[in-house]
Amino acid sequence: MATICDSKIPAGPLEKKWSKHQAESKLVSPANKRKFEILVVGSGLAGASAAATLGELGYHVKCFCYQDSPRRAHSIAAQGGINAAKNYQNDGDSVFRLFYDTIKGGDFRSREANVYRLAEISNLIIDQCAAQGVPFAREYSGLLANRSFGGAQVSRTFYARGQTGQQLLLGAYQALERQISLNAVKMFPRTEMLDLVLVDNHAKGIVVRDLVTGEISSHAGDAVILATGGYGNVFYLSTNARGCNVTATYRAFKRGALFANPCFTQIHPTCIPVSGSYQSKLTLMSESLRNDGRVWVPKRKGDNRPPREIPDSERDYYLERKYPSFGNLAPRDIASRSAKEVCDEGRGVGPGGLGVYLDFAESIGRLGEKTIRERYGNLFEMYHNITGEDAYQRPMRIYPAVHYTMGGLWVDYNLMSNIPGLHVLGEANFSDHGANRLGASALMQGLADGYFVIPYTLGNYLANQSGKKASVERPEFKAVEEQARQRVTKLLSIRGKRTVTSFHRELGLLVWENCGMARSAEGLQAALGEIPQLREEFWHNANVLGEGNDLNQSLEHAGRVADFLEFAELMCLDALDRNESCGGHFRVEHATEDGEALRNDDDYCHVSAWEYNGSGKQPTRHIEPLIFDNVKLAQRSYK
Amino acid sequence: MNFNLKIWRQAEGSAAGKFVDYQAKEIPAEASFLEMLDIVNEGLIARNEEPVAFDSDCREGICGTCSLVINGVPHGPGKAKTTCQLYMRRFRDGDTIWVEPFRVLAFPIIKDLIVNRSALDQIVEAGGYISVRAGSAPEANGIAVSKRDADLSMEAAACIGCGACAAACPNSSAMLFTAAKISHLGLLPQGQVERSRRAVSMVRKMDELGFGNCSNQYECEAVCPAEISAGFIARLNRDYAGSAVKEAVLAE
Repeated sequence: MATICDSKIPAGPLEKKWSKHQAESKLVSPANKRKFEILVVGSGLAGASAAATLGELGYHVKCFCYQDSPRRAHSIAAQGGINAAKNYQNDGDSVFRLFYDTIKGGDFRSREANVYRLAEISNLIIDQCAAQGVPFAREYSGLLANRSFGGAQVSRTFYARGQTGQQLLLGAYQALERQISLNAVKMFPRTEMLDLVLVDNHAKGIVVRDLVTGEISSHAGDAVILATGGYGNVFYLSTNARGCNVTATYRAFKRGALFANPCFTQIHPTCIPVSGSYQSKLTLMSESLRNDGRVWVPKRKGDNRPPREIPDSERDYYLERKYPSFGNLAPRDIASRSAKEVCDEGRGVGPGGLGVYLDFAESIGRLGEKTIRERYGNLFEMYHNITGEDAYQRPMRIYPAVHYTMGGLWVDYNLMSNIPGLHVLGEANFSDHGANRLGASALMQGLADGYFVIPYTLGNYLANQSGKKASVERPEFKAVEEQARQRVTKLLSIRGKRTVTSFHRELGLLVWENCGMARSAEGLQAALGEIPQLREEFWHNANVLGEGNDLNQSLEHAGRVADFLEFAELMCLDALDRNESCGGHFRVEHATEDGEALRNDDDYCHVSAWEYNGSGKQPTRHIEPLIFDNVKLAQRSYK
Repeated sequence: MNFNLKIWRQAEGSAAGKFVDYQAKEIPAEASFLEMLDIVNEGLIARNEEPVAFDSDCREGICGTCSLVINGVPHGPGKAKTTCQLYMRRFRDGDTIWVEPFRVLAFPIIKDLIVNRSALDQIVEAGGYISVRAGSAPEANGIAVSKRDADLSMEAAACIGCGACAAACPNSSAMLFTAAKISHLGLLPQGQVERSRRAVSMVRKMDELGFGNCSNQYECEAVCPAEISAGFIARLNRDYAGSAVKEAVLAE
């Protein structure tokens, strides 16, 4: 173990930290802003909002995304909503309560100061998005509507039908397009970042591949912002888009950026179960369904009767039984783990016994089918389209699936990594969700980082960087470019017998089994033994066809899988090292008598931030102690 | 299930393309159309043949990336769904299926089934936004929006930007796409200040990019995965006509 990371949290009382920090942050004059070039990688909520806002401020911005348009980033798929502490419902919400819920939901593994700032900023985001024309749901009065979401006891979630992520992203995308029209931002779609370039140990550029022409080139800037999302696709099957990958953040890790808490992954409880090995992704069913659906499995093992023939007395409504006060609305990690438990006991339903029922019969009886159709019609249709089953007639089958990753590159209070100049926003950083993210918080964090944090904190880095922009002609750029080209050549020259997808699928299954919903020292050690072997085989037996000089999807996928094959090891190592259970990280050795996660605050109340030491070498763990001055650490109880 | 596929292959934009026959064998009925293509591609790679290039990302019908014409229809058979949400159980065992890229002058082919739709971004760039800087917004509940307008605005805003409307239109018109954005913003009080300018500049950009005009065929509405109503096109025409007249009068 090595040094303690300096989080640069401002001194002073919690509720004054951010305003004080804003007042003390360094400003860059309008004349100087024009001289700075900022590279933003990723165009989801965090990337698009950052690129647009920095453009508005007068910086020169270049924004890169692998998709064909910035509007397609995976933020678009978020369904449920976005939290804010507006207290429009007069139901007792406040900035402190949103802060407290988020800290507790994260199982006391996030930073107080960051989370408080997030809660404070939440209200500004709603103002900003409403002004941009995001068509939020409204009451008949014309004022904004709210709903209760993801186990919160207040109604603080703003939403736009079941397409909140889409509407918020389109808001940010439109702001971005406006800056593009003003020449403040230059957009590079279908462009993938392959590596980070350091000059004098500062992040001063990136190497990218044009996915259409295959050209590998460099871009120099005064600062680099990564907003490249999470690494859920290390599990192969997840609710992420097919293209989501860890390459940008993992490459930054290999250049010296610390990777924090990679073992903190979120498994979402309500997804459509896996139906076969051909499957390319898992589909999330909005958590809002748990407001009116009851989760159950048969009491008896191997009870194969159709669900409607199983009488109530022979059903186990296990969430209601175990968590009487939260019931079916228990937080995501708890609901997911409970589903796994009953399936492990042999009481799961559907193919392979990997599913539980989400039953609307009672709600339909109480409210009428019409009301249920109004509330969830589109979700029932989606379920019918995918499974061919009618959820008005028989209960849905659901199973947990990988959904979000709380871990990410380590950042300080300014959202800057330990590499000066490298800033990390949104899901790509580790900062706000601890060991478990609450529903409707991801959209909040992505937009907070992009619209309202980075525009203030970037100045602290840039203030003394005037004139230090490097030229792409420097040897540092040439060297990294050359390495990227060699890697492409190497991938194309393996010409083995297995497809890249088969490696990805095997890796996914391996980490799902050993580093998924329940983890043990034994399983993690086994995975740590097998991953290097699989990686070895990949580099000798993968078959990547085609050339490097045109659009080559196999090559794109191969590069991403090669990085997942290394990253998976880091994730398992962190999971093994964190010898406690907390949030989404459940070590079977550490459970209470009731099977709940048992934290070890004496030894693990910290962030683990890993430093790369070279190929084949054990990374070094750095820690950042988590200090709680404003909340009392308690065992999370949702009973 | 087994299928005979006739897939458009084209090495690059400037090359000639052609339909090539492929067999899709032992496809599970639960597989999606794109998963069927994945299986075909895995087979091609195993035989050292270059896989078919096609676009997809979220595979849950919201990102708008997937873009195939299946048996002559953008996004294939069925209403209100994208290609990625089309499942093989909808076809019959032994069917012959034709697969092509979106064919629109303003969407040049990049490779095989992949086209360049950046023209749609350029239409938005021309004015599909409300000019509000971060930090300058008033308190959200300071702007009341009637539920009716907000709901209608949301219906237009649901457009996923896939471009199927233009691919289905005999005139290759992007009118439904443009109308959806103009209506989404024009229905809200926040969007009124720039409403005239927005309509004129977006429509002119659309014309400039080589999209055709609307001749009321309603093919766009029929294939739209987000069920955007062609009624929004009337709204676009009204905004455009009013603005163009105003502009002409002011110019005198």
